[in-house]
Amino acid sequence: MSENKNLLSFQLKTEDFEKASENEKQDLVVMRESVSFWKDGMRRLLRNKIAMVSLAVLVIIMLFAFVVPYFYPYTYKDQIRGSENLDPFEYSQEEMTRIENGESVFPHVLGTDNLGRDLAIRLMMGARVSLLVGIVASIIVLIIGSVYGAVSAYFGGFVDIIMMRIVDIIYTVPDILIIILLSVVLKHPLQSIADNVPGFDWINTIGVGLISIFIVFGLLYWVGMARMVRSQILTLKEQEYVTAARALGAGHGRIIRKHLLTNCIGTLIVITTLQIPSSIFTESFLSFLGLGVAAPMTSLGSMASDALEGITSYPHRLLAPAILISVIILTFNLFGDGLRDAFDPKLKD
Amino acid sequence: MTKYIIKRIALGLLTVFIVATLTFFLMRLVPGGPFLSEKTPSAATLKALEEKYHFNEPLSVQYRIYMENLVKGDFGVSMKRKGTTVNDIIAKGFPVSARIGGLSILISFCIGVPIGTYAAYKRGKFIDKIIMFFATCGIAVPSFVVSTILLIVFSGWLGWFPSFGLTTPLHYVMPVTALCVYPTAYISRLMRSSMLDVLGQDYMRTAKAKGVGQFSSLFKHALRNSILPVVTYLGPLLAYTVVGSFVIEKIFNIPGLGRDFISSITSRDYPVIMGTTVFLALLLVAINVVVDIVYKIIDPRIKLK
Repeated sequence: MSENKNLLSFQLKTEDFEKASENEKQDLVVMRESVSFWKDGMRRLLRNKIAMVSLAVLVIIMLFAFVVPYFYPYTYKDQIRGSENLDPFEYSQEEMTRIENGESVFPHVLGTDNLGRDLAIRLMMGARVSLLVGIVASIIVLIIGSVYGAVSAYFGGFVDIIMMRIVDIIYTVPDILIIILLSVVLKHPLQSIADNVPGFDWINTIGVGLISIFIVFGLLYWVGMARMVRSQILTLKEQEYVTAARALGAGHGRIIRKHLLTNCIGTLIVITTLQIPSSIFTESFLSFLGLGVAAPMTSLGSMASDALEGITSYPHRLLAPAILISVIILTFNLFGDGLRDAFDPKLKD
Repeated sequence: MTKYIIKRIALGLLTVFIVATLTFFLMRLVPGGPFLSEKTPSAATLKALEEKYHFNEPLSVQYRIYMENLVKGDFGVSMKRKGTTVNDIIAKGFPVSARIGGLSILISFCIGVPIGTYAAYKRGKFIDKIIMFFATCGIAVPSFVVSTILLIVFSGWLGWFPSFGLTTPLHYVMPVTALCVYPTAYISRLMRSSMLDVLGQDYMRTAKAKGVGQFSSLFKHALRNSILPVVTYLGPLLAYTVVGSFVIEKIFNIPGLGRDFISSITSRDYPVIMGTTVFLALLLVAINVVVDIVYKIIDPRIKLK
């Protein structure tokens, strides 16, 4: 359109007063598809390469720990006569003759130990025990810590003061010392329960040491979680939706469960994941000192401890569990960091 | 301030009291009492033993005697090693453990702090990534893994360092290294993140604007402020070192308190377990109290509650 030379004109363009086309209408809509908390977090998590690689490694380790043993031709407690102290991929005399007769013998990928037990399957079972300990212990911590912290923060006042004093005291108790003490002390009572009371045979399979580890995690380790949850809920409980829920007649339990804990789910997930490697750490440490699972069951720590005697002649027996446990702890740490960056960046210090 | 110190010390004493009480009653839970062993002693011996250790008295009296002895600093008598008191064991083993532990804490501070500072200074660069990669790995490796790998490589294959005992300075190298891998890695990560925090502060920009040199701004302004979280880590670090010493002293066969503690567990020498636990708890709690108080003194910005 040509310029209007008339200086007294308003300089208006006639196009500006036409009805908007559909395209122009669409451009004005600023609302995008809403991104939920989970979608947003997952998108950030999927973009984090280190976390995804760690997750893949963890999945592979879990497959080896939980699935592969069912298809493996050896078991963790079978003592194969004549094939003691084999090197990796070495066959015993007897197995050699079987191979010559046309039978196929599955190789001992990591060799065997001094009792003729296949080390590869023991490594898998050890990894299974370590992973289970980490996960179960973290769930115990999650349940006790979140409920305790939430109750303390929600009721506030005198309840809060008393509950947090208890946390302060537990926080200063040296936990490993108490774990060691408990596993020493609980050995006999738990053993007699397992032997005499019907329905408690499972104690023998898990081992007294492991149960005392769980008990101590339940008694002592939740305090960090409780503090975190408390500080989150102290701010959350001032939000309007809590007042609204209360006005609508929701009980304390319902508000804590449905409104407060669900709103700090990010923190809960992150702390629980980061708790897993530290539980595995503690378990391997105790097993290494001989306070963990009961033989013939094994864990990565007790495998390393067993291998200590023949360290110069059979270093691979020690290196295999040592490397595996480091990899498990490392990948859990890295994955937990990724989760934290994705779901709860505020936690990063 | 005085009120805070008194409160902190009272809380510490309460913790030690709880640990001591817990230890006492847990040990009494063991069925058959602490004399239960492979060979059952005769009735007369048992009676004499019970008399000697006051086991024939009611529990409340036993508890009172135990507590009185603890307050006097008497941790009891070993049952398996004849004529040795727990105080003897602590007096003999603790200096050895303290030397190794103290050395490793010192080294991990001396390495961790500069490395973390440097990584923060070069943030995002290649060198920062390398340092953080090793620090992340260092946190994931348990001390028994480090020490056994050191044993295999430096003692088994290369033969540079002796594998057990603690007589020459060379003996210290491997245990101390094994014990300080985790704290060094942890401190450097802590130092890096706290340094990054400080480097973004306004006063750092002010320092730069008024022409303070890079070196001086980093070490005078930034380091002093960012080292505070590392100071608070001293408490957990000490706990880690005490616990780590159990493993290290077992592997390297060092005659320290940690090895004695572990061997007392395997031989079920209950008075030694009890005494050592209470002693270590006392040590840890005391150091934690001191660290907390020092922290408040060196950082006046922290409000005293």
